[in-house]
Amino acid sequence: MKTHPRDTEHAEKALSAPSVPLWFQRFMLPLTTAAIILILWSIAVRASGTKIFPTPAAVAKAITTLAEKSLLWHYIADSLTRVFAGYTAAIAVGIPLGFLLGWYAPLARSINPLIQMLRPISPLAWMPLAVIWFGVSNAAPTFLIFLASLFPIIVAAMNGVRNVPPMYIQAGRNFGLTTPQLMTRVMIPAVLPRIIVGLRLAFGIAWVVLVAAEMIAVDSGLGYLIIDARNAGKRYDLVVAGMLMIGLIGLLLDTGIRKIEQWISD
Amino acid sequence: MRFGAMEVLQHVTLGAEEGEFLCILGPSGCGKSTLLNIAGGFLAPSSGSVTIDGEPVTAPDRRRIFVFQERGVFPWLTVEGNIGFGLFDMSAGDRQARVSQYIDLVGLRGFEKSYPRELSGGMKQRVEVARALAVNPDVLFLDEPFGALDSITRLQMRSELLRIWRAERKTVLFVTHDIEESVQLADRVVVMSARPGKIRRVVDIDIPHPRDLSSRRYIELRDLIFGEIGLAHQV
Repeated sequence: MKTHPRDTEHAEKALSAPSVPLWFQRFMLPLTTAAIILILWSIAVRASGTKIFPTPAAVAKAITTLAEKSLLWHYIADSLTRVFAGYTAAIAVGIPLGFLLGWYAPLARSINPLIQMLRPISPLAWMPLAVIWFGVSNAAPTFLIFLASLFPIIVAAMNGVRNVPPMYIQAGRNFGLTTPQLMTRVMIPAVLPRIIVGLRLAFGIAWVVLVAAEMIAVDSGLGYLIIDARNAGKRYDLVVAGMLMIGLIGLLLDTGIRKIEQWISD
Repeated sequence: MRFGAMEVLQHVTLGAEEGEFLCILGPSGCGKSTLLNIAGGFLAPSSGSVTIDGEPVTAPDRRRIFVFQERGVFPWLTVEGNIGFGLFDMSAGDRQARVSQYIDLVGLRGFEKSYPRELSGGMKQRVEVARALAVNPDVLFLDEPFGALDSITRLQMRSELLRIWRAERKTVLFVTHDIEESVQLADRVVVMSARPGKIRRVVDIDIPHPRDLSSRRYIELRDLIFGEIGLAHQV
């Protein structure tokens, strides 16, 4: 490989002299970006004279009104409950199933093609069936979230088990571990980092699916807020407020899972 | 020993004395790791048998511990946790004492709470050796244990291993493709040929420890093995 002298020079400079302090890069840069976008957004709405897209100020006002009526907290709580119920169920089913599939090759050969076929089907395609099975209730969106997070979790656990270095297993057997001991003392700790990555991926998908599911099957939650705001009176300030809340909460939860991920891999 | 239609090992007959340091030397793909895996009970031979103290070997056993390249240490356990891994049937106090004893033996005092990623390759290898010795096995199987280390660390680890071997007097089966390594370590070197693996010759290394690597006898034996493997001793 050729290295250009100028490249190394740049790299050294970047390493030796961080011209901008880290706290500034971490907090001030994203905040500045946000401020610029808010200003541009505001200008664009005013300049175009659109009646559909609200100004940032209108959205902020919509959020405070929602928060004051406590409807916002109510909706957030409903959305979170559904996500956590479906997601936890997917963990409870997906991790053991993924372990079995990773451990017993014949089982994987029989079931894996079915899983790989079901996996690319958008969980939303199950919506008509979910509504018939569960009616308009919490169970329908919870079921969709369960489906959405189940497959990434199964696949992460299965691949994790398959990719455990054979010498870990050999060493475990060598020291006389029984199969259950091998699972708890070798396989689970060895697979955990990979499973956590799968869990984070699954959570991202679950959160995306939640909103779509709430647009159809229920009458509360952040997804419902968006569809209801449009249907009830073309309240686009509320629509955008709902979108922002979904993004912010998604970001918070993802950061939380990342923290757990770091803590486990340390 | 056969894998599918391929014969990996052919007519290998080999015995080791208790407390002996035996090196199995051969080019890559000569089946020396296969031989070690059969001896350890991890693979079943297609014909033939392995016995230790008159007892047939059919499955892995904690009296015969395998040591891999340093990648065999468990990254989720500390040095202490790794060394105590095989001592699960001991009381906590006994385990602690045993772990402590082997931490001293391999010179890792001060690193008890460190994780493998904080250790150098040589230190990880010490952890593996200590983990194996802690369960007090009769035989140690080492499969190119120093293959991933840099050449200076490798030399240090060889003398460390000899020191530990003298202290513990375990029977050691040591697989390597490094001629110098085999002459430095072994009581006997089993020279193997490739595909199907056969024993070409067993060479007694009759040099007392510590071995002088520039002595005439050392160079003689080394060159004998070089010749046996079919290498002209020139670069």
